[in-house]
Amino acid sequence: MSTAQTTGHILGEPLVIIEDVRKSFGDLEVIKGISMSIRKGEVVCIIGPSGSGKSTLIRCINRLNEIDSGSIKVDGIEVNDPRLDTLKLRREVGIVFQQYNLFPHKTALENIMMAPLKVLREDRATVADRARALLKKVRLEGKENSYPGELSGGQQQRVAIARALAMRPEVMLFDEVTAALDPETVKEVLVTIKDLAADGMTCILVTHEMGFAREVADHIYFTDRGVIVEHGPPGTFFDQASDPRTKEFLSQIL
Amino acid sequence: MSLIVDCSDLPVLKPFRPRGTTYDEMYFVRWLASIPLLWVVCIAIALPGLALAQSGSASLTAWSSLWRWVPFLLTSGFLFNVVISLFAMAIGTALGIVLGLAQISRVSVIRRTAWFLTQLFRNSPWLVLLFIVLLAVPFQIEIFGQTIRIPAWMKAVLGLSLPIMANISEIVRGAVLSVPSGQWEASESLGFNRRQTLYEIILPQCFKRMIPPWMNWYAILTMATPLCSLLGVEEIITLSRQAMSAENNQPELLVPFYGFALICFFVYCYPIARLTIWLERRVSVKL
Repeated sequence: MSTAQTTGHILGEPLVIIEDVRKSFGDLEVIKGISMSIRKGEVVCIIGPSGSGKSTLIRCINRLNEIDSGSIKVDGIEVNDPRLDTLKLRREVGIVFQQYNLFPHKTALENIMMAPLKVLREDRATVADRARALLKKVRLEGKENSYPGELSGGQQQRVAIARALAMRPEVMLFDEVTAALDPETVKEVLVTIKDLAADGMTCILVTHEMGFAREVADHIYFTDRGVIVEHGPPGTFFDQASDPRTKEFLSQIL
Repeated sequence: MSLIVDCSDLPVLKPFRPRGTTYDEMYFVRWLASIPLLWVVCIAIALPGLALAQSGSASLTAWSSLWRWVPFLLTSGFLFNVVISLFAMAIGTALGIVLGLAQISRVSVIRRTAWFLTQLFRNSPWLVLLFIVLLAVPFQIEIFGQTIRIPAWMKAVLGLSLPIMANISEIVRGAVLSVPSGQWEASESLGFNRRQTLYEIILPQCFKRMIPPWMNWYAILTMATPLCSLLGVEEIITLSRQAMSAENNQPELLVPFYGFALICFFVYCYPIARLTIWLERRVSVKL
């Protein structure tokens, strides 16, 4: 089964299936029963006011946070399984953070090479070739030997994307990756993500970049106070939002 | 309308300036390094003069008798203090790293035990620790029928390494905790396990910021080595006392001999302190 959407992404079988997920921090329930299904090659944007549980949700997908109830399946792997082989999951899911979190004591190239070398124990020469190709892909040729401290925010974030890609994940998670960037560097990161989506990578983004979401997403979810208020393809979502909460949010942000 | 802004009828909260110095884990080297070199030179010149003024010509003979002992006090005495400090630092650092890592273990029994040992040895008087080691460790042990004597200086090394261990343990723990949690998350999400994260990602970043406090403790330790003289270890203070009794224990000898010991420690530790502060500035600028 494959369908071509307006974005041109080829969609396959469901890859990430989230069913009735709940999550609390102490007494505060931040996710109150969220379900969604993301197909292979699909680009999904999760938007909503701060504190609505968006980041927590995608951090649950690679088990940086553990869910209290419900189920998350990634390519058939049950994330909440206590006997889960975390490495297997982490190979499937790459994540990019708002604060880049590059390793400051390693160069750009070493940052990308570290996990394949130490975790997958792959051959150094192959990994180095792949890392160079990835740097080229994120348009950072020539920055191989730069340390994170010597790169701009946008450049660091692109290295972080390349670093996650080096594990050859099936799904990429983007947790407000442009929120800490200067306006002029936001675009270069968004272009990188767009390239990635065009290559068929399954992407789940938490973002405040509405224009970008509209352009690149196959499906938009609007969450507020731990539930999905409204969702749909970008055209329908942005032009024909029906819920008053969605309308209010969009009127504030657009 | 007047534009005078610095006088007002309204009550104004003035900026709060706390008096005195705040707590600083590197107080020792910071204090030592803050002594201007010029003062040191002045005091070095004034000290013999002061002694001379106090006891007249008798002190001249005292200084000349010190001069005879200087090579001996340096090579057999102070050098031994340095050796003791290096051994104690090496052992203390090795044990301290283990203990510090145990303090961040995920196993609560290990974590609590390590915390307890750290607090115990960090907050005990060094001299008490020295005496406990002196009395608790036998003066000879038998291994495979071979009798091995444990000299007092080895016990002293062991005794001094205990508080060093505890303080290094705290430095390691503090440094690991000072690495932003995002580093743990990033490496976890790349599939590193906890051990790999610690050794590949976290500790290499800690290393640089651990060096200045580590050197601070080395300077403190070196200054504490005269405690060993109470165990009968033949370091500079013990030898100075012996030299003075060989010179008939004249009271004029006290200032030159102990003054010389003081200068030895100062000359050795002052550059370490300056270097530590310089390194600390470099590390903090870099990060």
